[in-house]
Amino acid sequence: MIETLQGLYAYWFITALLLLGLYGMLFKRSLMKKLIAMTILQSSVILFFVVSGTKWGGTVPIVDPIIGTDDPTKYISPLPHTLMLTAIVVGVATVGVAFSLLIIIYRRFHTLDEELLLERMKE
Amino acid sequence: MNDHIPVLIPVTLLVAALIIPLAGIRGKGWAHTVAFAGVLLSLALAVEGMWLVLATGTMRYALGGWTPPIGIELVLDPLSAFMTVLILAVGTLVLLHARTSVAGELPHKSVPFFSLCLLLLTGFVGIVLTGDLFNLFVFLEIGSLAGYGLAAIGDRRAPVAAFRYLLLGTVGATFYLLGVGLVFMMTGSLNMADLTTLLPFSTSEPPVMVGFVLMAMGIGLKMALFPLHLWLPDTYTFASSPSSALLAPLGTKVAAYVLIRLMVFVFEPGFSRDQLFVSDAMVWMALAGIVFGSVLAVAQTELKRMLAYSSVAQIGYIALGVGLGSALGLVGALLHILNHAVMKGALFLVAGNLRLKLGHTELFKLDDRLRTTMPWSMAAFVVAALSMVGIPPLAGFFSKWYLVLASIEQDAWAAVAVILVGSLLSAAYFFRILERVYLRPQGDSTGDTVAVEPAGGSAEVRWPMLAPTLILSVSLLVLGILNTVIVDGVLVRIVPNTLEGGQ
Repeated sequence: MIETLQGLYAYWFITALLLLGLYGMLFKRSLMKKLIAMTILQSSVILFFVVSGTKWGGTVPIVDPIIGTDDPTKYISPLPHTLMLTAIVVGVATVGVAFSLLIIIYRRFHTLDEELLLERMKE
Repeated sequence: MNDHIPVLIPVTLLVAALIIPLAGIRGKGWAHTVAFAGVLLSLALAVEGMWLVLATGTMRYALGGWTPPIGIELVLDPLSAFMTVLILAVGTLVLLHARTSVAGELPHKSVPFFSLCLLLLTGFVGIVLTGDLFNLFVFLEIGSLAGYGLAAIGDRRAPVAAFRYLLLGTVGATFYLLGVGLVFMMTGSLNMADLTTLLPFSTSEPPVMVGFVLMAMGIGLKMALFPLHLWLPDTYTFASSPSSALLAPLGTKVAAYVLIRLMVFVFEPGFSRDQLFVSDAMVWMALAGIVFGSVLAVAQTELKRMLAYSSVAQIGYIALGVGLGSALGLVGALLHILNHAVMKGALFLVAGNLRLKLGHTELFKLDDRLRTTMPWSMAAFVVAALSMVGIPPLAGFFSKWYLVLASIEQDAWAAVAVILVGSLLSAAYFFRILERVYLRPQGDSTGDTVAVEPAGGSAEVRWPMLAPTLILSVSLLVLGILNTVIVDGVLVRIVPNTLEGGQ
């Protein structure tokens, strides 16, 4: 039990965030809270990539004259981090679209509560 | 020039999407002209690309001169060429139709609407062309974001449906991304061609298995595979008819393509079939989806909602073909992707015609006057409906035929039964419309009055709307008659030899 926890704290934290996000999206009634939960879910995956790309004793992937190029394992792979820059941009765009939809919904129905919304949609 | 075709197809669409707002300043008509010209140009490029691919083999394009696997590459192989031509051909016809239906339904939004349409097509074409797992995620989100925007344009409930679509779509994309992360951790590559050589060494690693399941789940959500279809009916129903005519035939098919690409090409087919039982799960989900979608479609009283539930069922047929995991099943699935895109396109265009002329798409207000007032639209509807049911020689029959053959080959008798029951149910939900319109004696209508133009004046839509509707429904007949040409000329070459029964 302890072995599966040790050294993987970051991954357990990310799993907890992911589950928290899913829980919020499923069980919160307010659309705004669902959106917040969605960003938590996205952040957990972004953190997952960042964590998977780090290592102890590694440095930024720019050739350092002191370290040299003999041992490439001393450099961190930059790919996961750069991928996540793109994913963050995608996430920002998604949240932007979601907010504009929420504004329209609020203007039309005067509520963001899911059950009230379902009632008012039937009218 | 020819070497650049894979990148020119999406770039043409993207550039057109950016020019549309500028052209819209000069006048609303220009927005549509630019959009249509852009799609037509990229369709021409796609057809030429397909010609070249079938003649000379797969084309690879390294973006920015960075050679893969370090750089991103676009790949035009038979499968992606087939999908690109399909997407752009249906997109061209829907955009031609959209000129009038947008002017009728969304008079002040035509400029942003066409811009979004082209962004949607850019995303879809990009998904199909890319040879990189992460790039696929980016294109998936470009297409989806434009799709959320299009789905939000519609009646007053459309934004709520679009918001739900956004939440579920983002969950799907996030799961896909998480799966990509796990696979990348174990293999160190995102390039699909590179992964096919790397993955066989690590398919027994738990992270790769979990990653694959997460990717399949995420794409299943985007594809609306039962029981992950909950966003679909409301989205298609409440969206305006031009947006649903673009989203319904293409959106779910592109996700189905991603699933095929992952399960059959990137991972070995045996991985999902024998090692993980994803294929088995997919077959059962597909069968449940066919029954559930068809039964609910029978229960609907609104045409677009009925078509949406029928889409859930049709996605089941495609997933069934993929899940069977044989060459015959894959051919059936691909042929059904083609046929269903054309059939659903035709049906949604007819729904758009009805909404423009009658102002509604309620089933019980349709009556026999339609057969004289809108003869051509209804004729197109009949052809598409018969094809959905699966009556030879229309296209829908042949894809179901291949799926039945594939099921028999695998001794999946439950699948054979469900395909037949699904066809009977689709006959039930289409024939009640045909019965209302065609089989009642003239003037026997007891329903509400229909707001059509006075007797003598034809209420048929004009040719820019009628032509695409008729082209789609006539092409159903052509696709049906030419099915052996399509299967032998294109689809058989797509099937990889790693698949059971492949060449």
